[in-house]
Amino acid sequence: MKILVCISQVPDTTTKVTFTDNNTKFNTQGVQFIINPYDELALTRALEITEKQGGTVSAITVGLADTEPSIRKALAIGAHDAIRINAEPIDGFFVAEQIANYAKNEGFDLIFTGRESIDYNGGMVAGLLGEMLNIPSVNVITAIEIENGMAHLERDIDGGREKLTAQLPCVVSAQKELTEPRIPNMRGIMAARTKPLKVVEPTGSQANTQTTSFELPAPKGACKLIDAADAGKLIELLHHEAKVI
Amino acid sequence: MNIIVFAENQDGAFKKSSFEAISYASQIASATGGQVTAVSIGQVATDKLTELGTYGADAILNYQDAIFNQFTGEAYSKALAHAAKNKGADLIIISNTYSGKMVAPRVAAKLNAGMVSGVISLPETSNGFKVKRMVFSGKSFAEVAINTSVKVLSITPNSFTIAENPKSPSIETMDAGLSASDVKTETIEVARATGKIPLTEAELVISGGRGMKGPENWHLIETLADTLGAATACSKPVSDIHWRPHSEHVGQTGITIKPNLYIAIGISGAIQHLAGVSSSKVIVAINKDPEAPFFKAADYGIIGDALELLPKIIDAAKAFKNA
Ligand SMILES: Cc1cc2nc3c(=O)[nH]c(=O)nc-3n(C[C@H](O)[C@H](O)[C@H](O)COP(=O)(O)OP(=O)(O)OC[C@H]3O[C@@H](n4cnc5c(N)ncnc54)[C@H](O)[C@@H]3O)c2cc1C
Ligand SMILES: Nc1ncnc2c1ncn2[C@@H]1O[C@H](COP(=O)(O)O)[C@@H](O)[C@H]1O
Repeated sequence: MKILVCISQVPDTTTKVTFTDNNTKFNTQGVQFIINPYDELALTRALEITEKQGGTVSAITVGLADTEPSIRKALAIGAHDAIRINAEPIDGFFVAEQIANYAKNEGFDLIFTGRESIDYNGGMVAGLLGEMLNIPSVNVITAIEIENGMAHLERDIDGGREKLTAQLPCVVSAQKELTEPRIPNMRGIMAARTKPLKVVEPTGSQANTQTTSFELPAPKGACKLIDAADAGKLIELLHHEAKVI
Repeated sequence: MNIIVFAENQDGAFKKSSFEAISYASQIASATGGQVTAVSIGQVATDKLTELGTYGADAILNYQDAIFNQFTGEAYSKALAHAAKNKGADLIIISNTYSGKMVAPRVAAKLNAGMVSGVISLPETSNGFKVKRMVFSGKSFAEVAINTSVKVLSITPNSFTIAENPKSPSIETMDAGLSASDVKTETIEVARATGKIPLTEAELVISGGRGMKGPENWHLIETLADTLGAATACSKPVSDIHWRPHSEHVGQTGITIKPNLYIAIGISGAIQHLAGVSSSKVIVAINKDPEAPFFKAADYGIIGDALELLPKIIDAAKAFKNA
């Protein structure tokens, strides 16, 4: 099994989001960056699969040098090697095209992405990659087993769950429940220093979209408190005042 | 603009989100000129198909080959791209449901189209083409411009109202020219909770946190939800400790929702939780701690013990429904 895991670097979940440059740039001042939580699940599951049936796990990220700590962390968690495509990840299309260009001649059996990145929330890379590589893509998987060249999957659907199979090679995007994320140990961190990290220059493709500005949600007005002794009044207020029921 | 809309059905009935998508497309077509074509994939009866006209579909393309009897990203995206080429579409609109998320990027890649997902506004077309979307799991919004001539938008369910704009659409049966070898995935089993409202599409959501004390108290949340016709949700720790299924977990690392009403019961209101729910139109927080951060994000609040308050609220809800 040769597995590729797409890793994106995102602001820590506790980040209070603010913007600079007239609301056109995310303010990275004092922000801690982490591996996107879904990508961490994908990486762990990929390692579990290769530990059981042999193979290698490569981690890939599209990002400038400042993403190196995250890709090193992927190596510390257990990835065998890593690739960084040295470019600003402008949009999902650009990211997918860079990864597809790299992956097309590498013969990966399985490619993992996260369900979505918790900063951009695009949720597009898995499908784009599948189409660009002309292989199946299955989103939001909660379980995966590989048997005889076939992926046995479970995925979330609207209002339920589906079991399905996909022929390899294929792309899958990791949803919570897939596994529990691994924390790197000292040995892993030491080993990561000598594992191969290849830096590849981007191949010319253009972004199709461009984020032009950001906006914070309007602050909420004061919360209207209802007396606990008269809790049923909530229903009346939701009907007559808020008009939502 | 010439617009293609994916009219998604479940077991032969169109989803509410499909009508939202057609209403959305119909507004764009009215503003910019052009046709709205709804694309139905799978088995849908003719009288159901014509429902699409109610919300502004000028034409319906019907793909009902046996290959579409199971939902696959591969086949469904081929049909949509086929339809887009057939109509010379410059805009493709897909609701951001789980199925929508699977097909939209594949359609975009096939058509070399710029795509924006999770759209929450009508496009601004006075100077280029811009839409608003949620980013940082709802902690903020971004305006995104699309530079390509063909564009794909996946729109957030519950963000647009369904509006009637009756048309008498033509219905054309289509063949996307697919063969079995085009599909490399196979559905083995589909399990849907029957009679429950899917969280992602729900207009009303009742959600519980660790303050509910244990799964044995969830009948209160379920009774309130059933009475009001709401879906149920929960905080992350509640699903982590298996009081509730993972599929109910909302927040930055769970589902992002945007219902008309979100009632948070025994949930503290951590930043990661609020991220996924703060775009709800009206928020109610019920918490015994007056300092709980949720009260800062709520429109209505009740300070008290949820296990004592809920029976009273349920009684009032039942009385309201029976009135
Ligand atoms: C990387 C990361 C990602 C995360 N992502 C998410 C996410 O997506 N979604 C999410 O929800 N959380 C997420 N969290 C966790 C989040 O930080 C909080 O820990 C979590 O939301 C708290 O859940 P809770 O409010 O149910 O529990 P608690 O924090 O334990 O709060 C319980 C609340 O119930 C109240 N209470 C107790 N008893 C009663 C009673 N009898 N009646 C009424 N009120 C009562 C308490 O006053 C308290 O406010 C994430 C955390 C991390 C680190
Ligand atoms: N810059 C990137 N480098 C590598 N993988 C990425 C990058 N951005 C996104 N991905 C992958 O695509 C998934 C979905 O991202 P997104 O489309 O931004 O929601 C993430 O979980 C990652 O697995």
